[in-house]
Amino acid sequence: MQKFEYANATTIQQAVALLGNTWGEAEVLAGGTDLLALMKDYVVAPKRLVNIKDIKELKGITMTANGLRLGSLVTFEEVLDNAAIKRSYPAIWQAVAGVTSPQIRNMGTVGGDLCQRPRCWYYRAGYGILAKDENGKALVPDGDNRYHAILGNEGEAKYVNPSSLAPALISLMAKIKVAGPKGSREIAADQFFVTPKSDNEREYALAPNEIVTDILIPSASGVKTATYEVRQREVLDWPLATASVALKLDGKTVKSAKIALGHVAPVPVDSDAAAKALVGKAVTEDTAEAAGAAAVANARALSRNAYKIQLAKVAVKRAILQAAG
Amino acid sequence: MSKITRDGDDKPVNPEADHDSGVSRRSFLKGSGIALSVPLVTGGVRTVKAAGQDVKIHGPNKVSITLDINGKKQAATVEPRVTLLDTLRNELDTTGAKRVCDRGTCGACTVLMDGKPVYACSVLAIEAQGKKIQTVENLELNGKLSPVQQAIVDNDGQQCGFCTPGFTVACTALLNKYPDPTDEQTRLGLGGNLCRCGTYVGLREAVKQVAAQRKGGKR
Repeated sequence: MQKFEYANATTIQQAVALLGNTWGEAEVLAGGTDLLALMKDYVVAPKRLVNIKDIKELKGITMTANGLRLGSLVTFEEVLDNAAIKRSYPAIWQAVAGVTSPQIRNMGTVGGDLCQRPRCWYYRAGYGILAKDENGKALVPDGDNRYHAILGNEGEAKYVNPSSLAPALISLMAKIKVAGPKGSREIAADQFFVTPKSDNEREYALAPNEIVTDILIPSASGVKTATYEVRQREVLDWPLATASVALKLDGKTVKSAKIALGHVAPVPVDSDAAAKALVGKAVTEDTAEAAGAAAVANARALSRNAYKIQLAKVAVKRAILQAAG
Repeated sequence: MSKITRDGDDKPVNPEADHDSGVSRRSFLKGSGIALSVPLVTGGVRTVKAAGQDVKIHGPNKVSITLDINGKKQAATVEPRVTLLDTLRNELDTTGAKRVCDRGTCGACTVLMDGKPVYACSVLAIEAQGKKIQTVENLELNGKLSPVQQAIVDNDGQQCGFCTPGFTVACTALLNKYPDPTDEQTRLGLGGNLCRCGTYVGLREAVKQVAAQRKGGKR
């Protein structure tokens, strides 16, 4: 790890003032589960680390009739232990339960989950977010791309978004509240993730001196939700494909649906096609499968990840069936 | 972007970076025969204005910190980049937590921080100040193994032993949270630790034994 100076911010204003205007100069330390590993590997080498864990405003879970507010420092374990979230927002609870290391859950925060960097092994080995060698040659297309994107992979970015929560937040139409020197703004969850064009950009719509402060989730009263993850191992593994769904039913008929996929594209995929395939129909094995097929209709496998198309399709199908109960 | 040095995790990309103290490893080794102690370069704290308030900036050189380890306040002088794990092992002679993957994956460095299991490799020592840290060394009471330690012995929950301190702390944390865990809670509750020898079955039995003992049952 390169040397850095360390600052302990106790207010949001302090934190954003201590962050610079350029990516990479300073990094935000919350749970540290991803950042410290990146720094040990010299993939990230900030001159300053701003610890935000002592900022009280970033803590706490509040649930009202209007919805759920998660402070960005809420840990995964706090969400897992929250019976009301489990009852009212199963998609969120199940996404959190998918992180099967108690140690990671005790350290990892919901804000950090959104801002963690991709797990792409080329990125982690120092080849940059777009995975190019010294001569600018893209490494993923002919390389080991078994865990890379099957959707949205036409451009240079081929990694997959690593967030566990993102699909659930998108399906529930959550907002991400962020703060910067000029104050706060809210970003719709499906607008929070972006695809960078160079290493000077990030995978999320924050400015270098902005931090995530809250996750705001509207009431899910009358909404049936679920998250389904496909993993290789039962414990401590990254999903190969995730689907989160939020359904409004009229009797047995789906009145509206929001279906989001994770770990299949550089950004979480909000699949209108899957939702359209389901709306107006009763949830059955067949209609759920058709929605899954619609979600991956435009998928394009790289040389070694065609298997992920089937996994993504099944994740959507099973999330729908799970949500409908 | 900077390419990665592959020849050692702790080697800074800039070899000069470690020489800020004015004492290289070589001169330290040469000098240590004569000088009894090497003066520590501390004082790495300055104050800056952020949002109109004074905020302390620590480092990048060594700074003095105080940690609460196993009920004892312990002082150390480390750079902000040093992890809790490395401080325990290299500065405070507390080597129970093991350094294996050093990337928050294997669990061999598991310690309790304010009662909760965390990876000591993924916490900076400087940010662990003010927290109660408990390591595997603290489980034993008056020379007697804790129930979890005894149960791991009884159930053959170790082989090469390298993962054992981390698993022992993780089992202790699991049983603190779920006094009588279901099989699934045990399986998932130990999901943050890896054992290459495959002692999982023995460890799960050990958890069962402790839970049964607590209920007053015998095995």
